[in-house]
Amino acid sequence: MKRIAEPALLAAALVLPFVLGATGNEFYVGVATRILIFALAATALNFIVGYGGMVAFGHAAFFGLGAYTVAILMNHGITAAWLTWPAAAAVAAVASLGVGLISLRTRGVYFIMITLAFAQMLFYLVVSLKAYGGDDGLPLASRSALPALDLADDLHFYFAVVALLAAALALFARIDAARFGRALAGIRQNETRMEALGYPVFRLKLACFVIGGAVAGLAGALMANQTGLASPNLLYWTQSGMLLVMVILGGVGSRYGGLLGALVLLGLEEWLAAITEHSALWVGVALLLVASFAPRGIAGLLAGRRNG
Amino acid sequence: MHNALRAAALAACLAALPALAADKVKVGFVSTLSGPGAGLGVDIRDGFQLAMKHLGGKLGGLPAEVIVADDQQSPDTTKQVADRFVKKDKVDFMTGIVFSNLMLAVGKPVFDSKTFYISANAGPSQLAGADCNPFFFNVAWQNDNLHEAVGKYVQDQGLKNVILVAPNYPGGKDAMTGFKRFYKGHVADEIYTKLGQLDYAAELAQVRAAKPDALFFFLPGGMGINFVKQFVAAGLSKDVRLFAPGFSADEDVIKAVGAPMLGLFNSSHWAHDLDNAQNKRFVTDFRKEYGRTPSLYASQGYDAALLMDAAVRDSKGRLDDKAAVRKALEAAKFQSVRGAFRFNANHYPVQDYYLRLIRTDAEGRVTNKLMGTIFSKHADAYVGECKMK
Amino acid sequence: MLQLFLEQALNGLQFGLMLFLLAAGLTLVFGIMDMINLSHGSLYMGGAYLAAAAVERTGSFALGVLGAVAGMIVVGALLERLVLRRFYQRDHLAQVLATFALILIANETVRIVWGPQPVMLNAPEALSGPVEVFGFSYPAYRLLIIGVGLGVAALLYVLVAKTRVGMWVRAGAANREMTEAMGVNVPRLFTAIFALGAALCAVAGALLGPLLAVQVGMGENILILAFVVIVIGGIGSIRGALVGALLVGGVDTLGRALLPTLLRSLASNEVASNLGPALASILIYALMAAVLFWKPQGLFPARA
Repeated sequence: MKRIAEPALLAAALVLPFVLGATGNEFYVGVATRILIFALAATALNFIVGYGGMVAFGHAAFFGLGAYTVAILMNHGITAAWLTWPAAAAVAAVASLGVGLISLRTRGVYFIMITLAFAQMLFYLVVSLKAYGGDDGLPLASRSALPALDLADDLHFYFAVVALLAAALALFARIDAARFGRALAGIRQNETRMEALGYPVFRLKLACFVIGGAVAGLAGALMANQTGLASPNLLYWTQSGMLLVMVILGGVGSRYGGLLGALVLLGLEEWLAAITEHSALWVGVALLLVASFAPRGIAGLLAGRRNG
Repeated sequence: MHNALRAAALAACLAALPALAADKVKVGFVSTLSGPGAGLGVDIRDGFQLAMKHLGGKLGGLPAEVIVADDQQSPDTTKQVADRFVKKDKVDFMTGIVFSNLMLAVGKPVFDSKTFYISANAGPSQLAGADCNPFFFNVAWQNDNLHEAVGKYVQDQGLKNVILVAPNYPGGKDAMTGFKRFYKGHVADEIYTKLGQLDYAAELAQVRAAKPDALFFFLPGGMGINFVKQFVAAGLSKDVRLFAPGFSADEDVIKAVGAPMLGLFNSSHWAHDLDNAQNKRFVTDFRKEYGRTPSLYASQGYDAALLMDAAVRDSKGRLDDKAAVRKALEAAKFQSVRGAFRFNANHYPVQDYYLRLIRTDAEGRVTNKLMGTIFSKHADAYVGECKMK
Repeated sequence: MLQLFLEQALNGLQFGLMLFLLAAGLTLVFGIMDMINLSHGSLYMGGAYLAAAAVERTGSFALGVLGAVAGMIVVGALLERLVLRRFYQRDHLAQVLATFALILIANETVRIVWGPQPVMLNAPEALSGPVEVFGFSYPAYRLLIIGVGLGVAALLYVLVAKTRVGMWVRAGAANREMTEAMGVNVPRLFTAIFALGAALCAVAGALLGPLLAVQVGMGENILILAFVVIVIGGIGSIRGALVGALLVGGVDTLGRALLPTLLRSLASNEVASNLGPALASILIYALMAAVLFWKPQGLFPARA
């Protein structure tokens, strides 16, 4: 079933903008891009939560730091994407390394709270940077520059995002199948046993955390490009909450959990906003229903059996 | 959804043809309609809608579609809304933003898309000087202006020791700069608060410790309401004279705070008792329509619509001919509720600024009374830096 | 100078006590039911809105507060029995999803009923002026808040330390399974605890309404601080919630009052006034992280 779904999914993604264009809805290419960027961030979080078994409530911080890296570099005249986007991932990786080193010494509820604390600290740090916009955020003068494409064109940017999301999904699939992924699965099921078996559990979890952080940073770089603004709200705890909600909604630990969650949550919001002024109410009700009756999220509903 | 489709297709066709008269005008109205700043946005919107009613739902004789959206006082949301207006709805005019930080966040992309932005409130100094833009027009004032007028008044009153309070955002900074441009006495302290802050206990304790003669504050909307209430509650109104620009002393704040506002001198470019036919009609009809006296924000919304009407009319509806629309906007041939109206070279107004006092009127309402003129035909301080032809 | 310090100290106390009201309910729910309840802030918002509505209807502030408390007890109890109860046995992720959804529903419901603009809630006329204290004028209303906060803290102490119900609560916080085994009607106890938390939130919402603004989403910002408080104080401990709240309230007020003045000598006014509160907030979260790292159970661990 998965064999058919993957190419079909990719084909749909590639065809979508042309369908939108033909129906006069070019604007929605931008909407689709935004959804896919969140899907990337949520996929990264899913790696940490679903594969690594760590419930992190501060992921938005790495997302936001990625956005700010690109914005600040652009502020200083550096617009090349091949420089600033990896830089965004790197900054996010360093931050998640720092946060992970301290947080991963705690467990359960305390881990949730301490990741939340660090994210808030980073939020206030960013807000305090008046030179880089403070509360109002830092606008980007233009989109990042890529040699072959003109990212200012929404269509080109959309394809760049699709490519990166596909690459990330492929990367996580490879990791899952590799020894690292097997080790993580073992840790997820029984950490003590893995430790007893001699696995460097702490280092493995940290690596998982950092990879998830780095990919989130990349997503942040894309987000800054999409909206043209690096805003401190990207780091606020409610943003972390929303990313976590996407992961849970999509299906924790399922391969497409992040993508499904982002698609459904943001797609639902967008669709409902066109019909009613009170879309948030119905989104809330839908989430509550999923929480109550679909414990494995949408992926669980679709598959009927858990992945990996 | 299908209306947007049709409109977009139509706009696409129109764009391909030489500039013919459009068959309708689209206005994107984005303002703060929720949160503590909502009173301002709602007033601007209501003033705008009243003007649309007076104009029969038409701008320059063409049927007008006004799309209203809430910016939630957030730069992200404002940007998303502006994006939608420009790319999806393809509006001809945009207006409504209250806060200068939001204006600066969306300015560039809107101007780059060659959409005219008629500001009915936000008048940042940046857009009056070096960053002035042919697509930006401000029908209200430049941020510094009302504060300059208060500064002059406080200076003339001979008050020696003043504390300034404003929120830490472009509008607040412009306020402090404007006040100090005309007040030459001793500024005991400049207190910057957080935009959206509602509890001023810490700042008021500082004020008490500094023992100033007077306090000048710029805190629009809900911020000002809370500040004045807490100022009075802390017992500071006995020893410290309060001064404010009209923003913190208009109907929205008066309605919330009431009698403690009596005796507050404030500045404004407009007063509801200004004696001209257009204003009398505006105030009377606003009271009838909405059951409250309009604030200066409402008057700005009203004038923004009238300006758009004049622009469409004088460019003969050829909305795609951006040069013609710009010329029509610059000419500004409309009857403002302020009386005479004209733009300066940087698309900001040159106008009079008045002194108002909050008193009880003949009907027993606590409201502003026009007391006199502080500045005549006053221009902003940044027009020299603007390089627009 | 002393006067300034005293006034700021009173401000910190006032803020801290209100935080305590929110934290007390949250710590019990988190500690006893092991439930992450993100919608706790919405109970606070509900209290503020109900108070505003009741004050408008009756014209009395006291009745407004009582009305808010009564209303939120009902709302809290219903919420617990109909929705939240299903999630006690679920993992934290499911609780995050469900309670996040409740925030959305609560915010939108309030917007539908009362509109997007903030609602007016004024302090009682008699208390809207200053009183003389320690040789200076301090707002009477804030003194009321301090008084009510201390009173509620005392009541809670009596309830938890001196009554049988309180004993069950403490037992539940220390060891839920054992409490159940001892024959305590745990489901009803949980409903009561949740309703109590809702009542405390209602008091905080009603009292803070006149000082802040009664608006949609007012719960989210204060909720995060409440979580900080209970982590520092110790999940499940009311004494911890009080100490933690006073600590956080003090640091926050310090940040807004002292730090900008200190920083002014180093940087411009604008930068200092931005940096001060940001540093204070960073300090609060750093404190939280430090406690989590070295004393994960908090300053006053409830669990045995």
